[in-house]
This record gives sequence, C-alpha cells and structure tokens, in this order.
Amino acid sequence: MSSVSTIIEVRQLKKQYNGNTAVDGISLAIAKGSCFGLLGPNGAGKTTIVEMMENIIAQDSGDIFYKGGTRDKTFNQEVGIQFQHTELLAFLTVEETLRTFAAFYHNHLPVEDIIALCMLENIKKSLNNKISGGQRQRLLLGLALLNDPELIFLDEPSTGLDPQARKHIWEIIHDMNKKGRTIILTTHYMEEAETLCDTIAIMDKGRIIEQGSPENLVDKHCKDMGDPRNLESVFLKLTGKRLRE
Amino acid sequence: MWALFVARNFEFIRDRAGFGWNILFPFLIVAGFGVIFSSDSSSEFKLGVFPVKQDPIVVNELKIPEKLKTYDHIKIVPFETHDEAMDKLLHHKIDILLENKGPKLRYWISDSSPKGYVLEKVVKESIIPEEMFVSRVIKQQIKGEQVRYIDWLFPGILGMNIMFSSLFGVGYVIVRYRRSGVLKRLKATPVTAFEYLTAQLVSRVVILLATSFLVWFGCDLFFSFQMQGSYFDAFVIFLAGTICLVSLGLIIACRGTNEELTNGAINFICWPMMFLSEVWFSIEGASPWVKSIAKALPLTHFLSAIRKIINDGATLSEVSSEMTILLVMSLVFLSIGSLLFSWTR
Repeated sequence: MSSVSTIIEVRQLKKQYNGNTAVDGISLAIAKGSCFGLLGPNGAGKTTIVEMMENIIAQDSGDIFYKGGTRDKTFNQEVGIQFQHTELLAFLTVEETLRTFAAFYHNHLPVEDIIALCMLENIKKSLNNKISGGQRQRLLLGLALLNDPELIFLDEPSTGLDPQARKHIWEIIHDMNKKGRTIILTTHYMEEAETLCDTIAIMDKGRIIEQGSPENLVDKHCKDMGDPRNLESVFLKLTGKRLRE
Repeated sequence: MWALFVARNFEFIRDRAGFGWNILFPFLIVAGFGVIFSSDSSSEFKLGVFPVKQDPIVVNELKIPEKLKTYDHIKIVPFETHDEAMDKLLHHKIDILLENKGPKLRYWISDSSPKGYVLEKVVKESIIPEEMFVSRVIKQQIKGEQVRYIDWLFPGILGMNIMFSSLFGVGYVIVRYRRSGVLKRLKATPVTAFEYLTAQLVSRVVILLATSFLVWFGCDLFFSFQMQGSYFDAFVIFLAGTICLVSLGLIIACRGTNEELTNGAINFICWPMMFLSEVWFSIEGASPWVKSIAKALPLTHFLSAIRKIINDGATLSEVSSEMTILLVMSLVFLSIGSLLFSWTR
C-alpha cells in the first residue's frame, strides 16, 4: 500500500486500443502537494494514463490507489480536472456554467472568487459559444478549481494561449500548488514544465523512460552536450528528434 | 439534478432556431392541412372534359350527364383539345376524361389509376335516373357530431412532433455532447449517469408538454378542435406517450459518437412510425403483418389512446391497455438506455 504522503499511485497500468499499446505497465507514485509533470511526444500515452487516473477510462490491468485506497464516491468530489479538448453547453453563459457545475459539489468555492481568479469578469454574461479559445481555457480551468480540489489534473492547460494568458495560468497553478494542492500536469511546453513542476516524468511509447526533478534531469542528461542545458534538450535526447504522428 | 434540468432547459429555450421550429413546425402542418381541407381543392376526384372553349367554365352548358354536375367531391376540369386532356390523364393529373358531346357518353381512363376505376363507376351511375334507387337503397345518417379530418389529424401531428423532438432532442443531442466532450466533462464531476439521464428526460418531457400545449392552444384559435374527452385524461396520455418516446430517445443516446449514424438511426425509427402509427392516415385495410409491426411501435399506442380521448370521448379506464403498453415500453426503454449508457464511448 502507498504511503500517507502519496496522494495517488498507479501500479503496472496497462491499456490497449485496438491491439495498440497506449500504456505499457506504468507504475508511479505522486506525492501530496507536489506538481507532477508528464512530458512526452504525441501518442506517448500521457492523456491515456491521466484519464485512467481521473477515472474517465478504465485500465486493462493494473491498480490505482487514491489516498492509499481505491477510488470511491469522494474521489470526484475532491479532484479537479481540465481536459485537453472539451466543449461546454453552448447556450449557457460563463457564470451559469460555473454555477451549474458548482451545484454538483458538496463544497465549492464562491463562483465570484473563481470568476475573479480566472479573470472572467468581462465575459461572465457571455454565452459559451461566443467566447474565444483563450477565454474558454480560463473557464475550463475555473471549472477544474471550482470545488477547491486536493488533486488537480491539467491536460495541456495553456495550449493555444497567448504569452500573457499563459503566464496568468501559470500564476494560478503556482498559487494552487503553494496552497498545498497536488497538481498533475501534461504539457508540450518545456518551459511550462520547468517553471511549474517539481517532478517530471518523460513518457514514450507507453512507458516512463525517465523521471526526476527538472534540475536533476538536466544535470544527468546535459553533461557533455553542446545543446543548451534545459529540459528541451533532455526531452529531445530521450525521445529523439524524429517527427511523431 | 436540478442544476442539469435548468441548464438543459436554458439550452433549449435559448437555441432560438430549434425552439422556434419546435413550435412552428406542427402549427404550419396543421395550418397547411386546415387550408387544404377547407377549400375547394379538397375535391378528391378530378374529371376532365373536352373540348370546352369557355373560360371560366359554365358547368350547366356541358353536354355530360346532369347528375355528374351536382356531385360533391368531383372537380370538373375543362380542356380545349383531346391531346391536351390525354396528356393530363396519362400523368394522373385527372382521373377520367369525358367527351363534351352528347348524347352518347365517351370516356377515357387509365387502367393503372384506382381513382379512375372508381370514377368510372360513378360516371356510369350518373346516367341511371335517381328514381331507380329509391326503392332499393336506404341511406342512414350518422348521428352526433362527425369527426373532421383535421380533428383526427391534429393528435397525430402533435404525436409526430413529440416523436421527432424526443428522438432528435435527446438521442441526437446526447450523442453530439458525447462527441464534443461535454459528457466527458460531466463524468469528471460527482454527477451520476442516473442523475444526468433523469434530468434530460424530465427536461425534455416538461418542454414537450409545454410546447404541445402552446401548439394546441394556437391551433385551436384557428380550427376550434372538437374535444370529446377530458383535458386531464388527454394530459395523462400525453405525459405517458412523451415519457415513452423520450425513453426511446435515451436508447439512441446511450452509445456512439457518430452524429451521421445517429441521424440515420433516428430516421430509421421515425419514418416507419410516421406511416405505420397512423399519423396521417389509417392503416385499417393494411395486411395483418403491417398491423403487427405497427403494434410494436410506441407511437401507435400513444395516438390510439389520445384519439380515443380527443375524438371519441374515451376515459382513462377505456384506454388502460394503451397506457399499460406505454408504461411497460417506457420501463424497458429506460432500463436498456441506462444499462448501456456510456459517457465517452
């Protein structure tokens, strides 16, 4: 059984789609209060493993433990999730969407606080089908934070955002982490992972091929390289420079 | 569940195009049929006459049997030439063609036209003096108020609208939500499938009953429908029928992310129901196997019950068999829909 300081642990998780292995026997334990980053090229299995942890899809085999036990009804009350691709009810306003989702939880933050935190004041009366991509990302993040979750899953939260909006999202994530919330983040932005995460796992072909703090990974893999000493160099060294589908 | 119910209602009401169409569609159909069946064009048989030079036609001057000129439901259509008239007959634009030249009656019909076959008998009958029938036939009048076609049709139109709205408004919409990730987002919350499906069902039932009431009220202002039974009994049957059809929509919605396939599946269910469940016309004379299929369709029992109440003044106990079938079907559909429901697949 996992230790008390571990909030979520997976053991030997496997998942196949039509005979193709998406996740191939992954085990990992995520410490409470950490910001854990999952990096990997497209098709590496990041979203699949995260969605298994989120209880959105079922694993073919392996075990998942939340706070040392199996996930029960409290799991969905205590986690916040931002998916990579999600549409919302088109004819609800931003504020109505937040209030609708707030009603699903026993305990939730005031909707006004989420509106302020995610800078949604100017669009709170706008219909969901009238807001921009960046505004939608902020709303989706707001929905993920609405229940003041202990564990937050963020699947590429800043994809498609301009630099200002991305920085703003980073500040929110950083603040949440400082407040003791555990964050599991998948991203293609190395700078994002380097800035926010204290632990990073690099995935390829359904397996974790390296794991550690950003500093340790850079120290370990950028000793004799002519390339810059950063996470991107580590990533390219481990996963190759060939274009992925 | 309440939050989901309210959210779905907002979705429906704010989608002005969809909402407007749900109100307007049945009203337009009823209005269209009202116009058609209240005007002269409701004449069922078209009798062509040639050669006729006058325009407009003076029926009394035509050299055809006098009785033919007096019959209801026969529209006399004049033509100047034989060729012009024959072209219309060949294309079933008229049912029979008479030569405007007495005293011997010459006529043409198309052997493939059922209406022509019947009209031929009428034309032949028209040369027999009316006195010949006096001692041989006894005409009996129907007592009481007769059911107009529009009164018979109206419950069918409402039922059809409820059917389309249930299957597309629930089945198609949920599949679209699944494809676009809305359901996946809801799965990530504490909302259960039961709560979600119940909210969808209740929302759609309430909306459909409200829109049906609006359509009924609006159409009644123009057509003054005859209501023989009780409005409460009609409401109960509308409720049972709507729940049954929405439940059928939940089966469509339980799986799948392909909107085109769903669209096809819904049409595959709707079209047979539209024809076999007697929305537009009775299938009284149809083959037994056609009637057997019709009995397996929920709309058949819904329309049978609601017409008995509206047209014949039946009470709920007199339509208890239809109500029981609708309730059993609802339970079966709901069970299947709930068991097979998936948020993401």
